[in-house]
Amino acid sequence: MVPDINPVVLLFASVFTSNILLANFLGMCSFISISKDMKSANGLGLAVTVVLTLTAMLNWVILQYVLIPLDLLYLRYIIFIIVIAATVQILEMVIDRVSPALYISLGIFLPLITVNCAILGVALFMQIRNYSFIQTVVFAFGSGLGWWLAIMALAAIQKKLVKAPVPAGLSGPGITLITIGFMAMAFIGFSGMLNVQ
Amino acid sequence: MDYLTAPIVVAIIAGVLAAAISIVDKIVNNYGEVNISINKGKKILTLNGGDTLLSSLASKEIFIPSACGGRGSCGACKCQVISDVGAYLPTEIPYLDKEEMGKNIRLSCQVKVKSDIDILIPEDLFNVKKFNSRVISIRDVTHDIKELVFDLQGEEITFQAGRYVQLVVPPYDKIKGTTQRAYSMSSKPGDKNVIEVLIRLVPGGIATTWVHTHLKEGMEVELIGPFGDFERSETDAAMVCVAGGSGMAPFKSILYDMFENGDIDREVWYFFGARTTKDVLYLKEMMDLDAKWENFHFIPALSEPEEGSGWTGETGMITDVLDNYLKTKIDTDKAREGYLCGSPGMIAACNKVMTANNIPLDKIYYDNFA
Repeated sequence: MVPDINPVVLLFASVFTSNILLANFLGMCSFISISKDMKSANGLGLAVTVVLTLTAMLNWVILQYVLIPLDLLYLRYIIFIIVIAATVQILEMVIDRVSPALYISLGIFLPLITVNCAILGVALFMQIRNYSFIQTVVFAFGSGLGWWLAIMALAAIQKKLVKAPVPAGLSGPGITLITIGFMAMAFIGFSGMLNVQ
Repeated sequence: MDYLTAPIVVAIIAGVLAAAISIVDKIVNNYGEVNISINKGKKILTLNGGDTLLSSLASKEIFIPSACGGRGSCGACKCQVISDVGAYLPTEIPYLDKEEMGKNIRLSCQVKVKSDIDILIPEDLFNVKKFNSRVISIRDVTHDIKELVFDLQGEEITFQAGRYVQLVVPPYDKIKGTTQRAYSMSSKPGDKNVIEVLIRLVPGGIATTWVHTHLKEGMEVELIGPFGDFERSETDAAMVCVAGGSGMAPFKSILYDMFENGDIDREVWYFFGARTTKDVLYLKEMMDLDAKWENFHFIPALSEPEEGSGWTGETGMITDVLDNYLKTKIDTDKAREGYLCGSPGMIAACNKVMTANNIPLDKIYYDNFA
């Protein structure tokens, strides 16, 4: 049964109330390691959003027209991952040709996205929640935007943090994790507005 | 037949994706024919784009020095690009300084040839060839230095004494991929059919271990060269040469080249530093040369001569011996030039001693292999 959710609501929900990063804690590794400066964070956020939307669409088609009819749902993990890896590979080659400047600014982040769990997470959520194609696209795009927003926010906070030295034992990943915790609490404030699954 | 469905579905999906990748690769990475213009049109190469600059040039028999074989881990294959090839890649930046970036010097193994490109390379590189040589002799000259002679199998090499060649080490044991390492030639420019090098065993060294344990007489080896700009200057200043260990190589070439071509009016001092008598190579040959050639002075110095070895030469650190000679023995009124070959530490120490004795830094010559 396709759930009855307005796409606009779903978009808003996936960006704010059930942010893939701060509500579901997916895609943490690159979130923590690449959030040191705004420029890289911006590039990675863009790349995640594009890859997320593209792969969710592809995976939805394969799920609905291959895996479900053939009763092969248990293959979804491996199939989703193969599709994500291949999409990233193709995207990398196309960007290299079409826009070398973007290719350089994304640099090593693009291949890293293959192993970003937010991407696989979104593909699995859309299957568990029975989203329609439109809902999947909106949900994936919204999740990408949400991830982008969160990493930009963290990079901005990190920039301010340079001027406020923390005790040596907390510096680096320690204070970053605490910061993320505060951000997650702030985003919980949104969750009363909508409850969409 | 149900059990076949899953593997077939996985295979079909993987196959379709693989096909998509290779089709996109064919379309996207097809840059057609491009021209590489070298030194403002002195030479124009036409080839298919898409490959790196280093391998594109190598495919047309122009060899830029490279130690790692194009993996972007040595930073040797620098090349000046005049046309626009895009911004610096993150893989290039660690190997380039501000000045080099100002001149748009790039790592040729990282830059892809996607459109017509203009580059500047030293004229000498046109002379660089790849030789399929055969090892004709391997000889221990000390306990850890081997003298290797390669026959060029009919080819000839033309070079200035002091140049180096790159030895191509094939994959062996756990080392995957080929490796290239630079070695100064100890053979004379007059011997055009052979190349001689001296290779000291460096514990853990990829190339030196291969040479010392795997390389045998009769084996075929690729050599690329000549490279470098180490050579004697065309002045009549006194040459103060300092070497340690296998740093003997370029001086052996230079000294015999000078002696045999009658370039013997110039004053030459050659300091050779070693720890014990076991570490000195070509002692007899150099003593003979010293005896036959009036203006040539060979000063071997041992830092730790063994008891009872009967060593009569200088003792002490080579830098102290050098300092002493520069102050008291070598004519201070005449112009003097420094020539160094050895470890980076030795080169740095000798640079200090020489500049302290009024030899200007730009008159001290050495290869920077490190």
